[in-house]
Amino acid sequence: MARISGIDLPREKRVEVGLTYIYGIGLHTSQSLLQRTGINPDTRVRDLTDDEVNRLRDIVDKEMRVEGDLRREVSMNIKRLMDIGSYRGLRHRRGMPVRGQRTKTNARTRRGPKRAIGVRKKG
Amino acid sequence: MSRSSKKGPFIDPKLQQKIETLNRGNERRVIRTWARASTVYPGMIGHTVAIHNGRQHVPIFITEQMVGHRLGEFAPTRTFRGHGKDADRRARR
Repeated sequence: MARISGIDLPREKRVEVGLTYIYGIGLHTSQSLLQRTGINPDTRVRDLTDDEVNRLRDIVDKEMRVEGDLRREVSMNIKRLMDIGSYRGLRHRRGMPVRGQRTKTNARTRRGPKRAIGVRKKG
Repeated sequence: MSRSSKKGPFIDPKLQQKIETLNRGNERRVIRTWARASTVYPGMIGHTVAIHNGRQHVPIFITEQMVGHRLGEFAPTRTFRGHGKDADRRARR
């Protein structure tokens, strides 16, 4: 069982992809990790030897910020923006796009589903 | 794209000068400024800067966490009062 930093592992996937199930590791990080540890990215997670798993776990645990720690860091950064009363913090508070995108249309990811406004004219 | 680090942060020269004189005399006074683009640098901590928002100067007390941000980030230029007030809607019907 390949268990790295908490909960993770999909057994049937290639390690390259399997590692990306960890929050904070994308394909790029995953590939560079495998290169550093000298593991073939095409091996399936279930076929990893204990030694290989340990080598991966070592690096991830010691050098990287993943999962809970990373989530905490991100939310702390956002909280900081809100606390100092900056414009970006304000946008976070309102659930609006933060980086100057248009809001006349779109921005649905941040703003959530459409809500009907305005009056319907009588036909 | 962010500013080239080669140039260093932009700090409004006049504002910096004013703050440095205040620091030298260990004074605390509200400084009015229009330099919204100026970066907050560590020397500003503890001062109150009144930042222009296009209409008036908003007094902002500078804390350590604000270092690295632009002054303008703390003085919003728009007042949004919301769309479609009830009264407005009834009047149109």
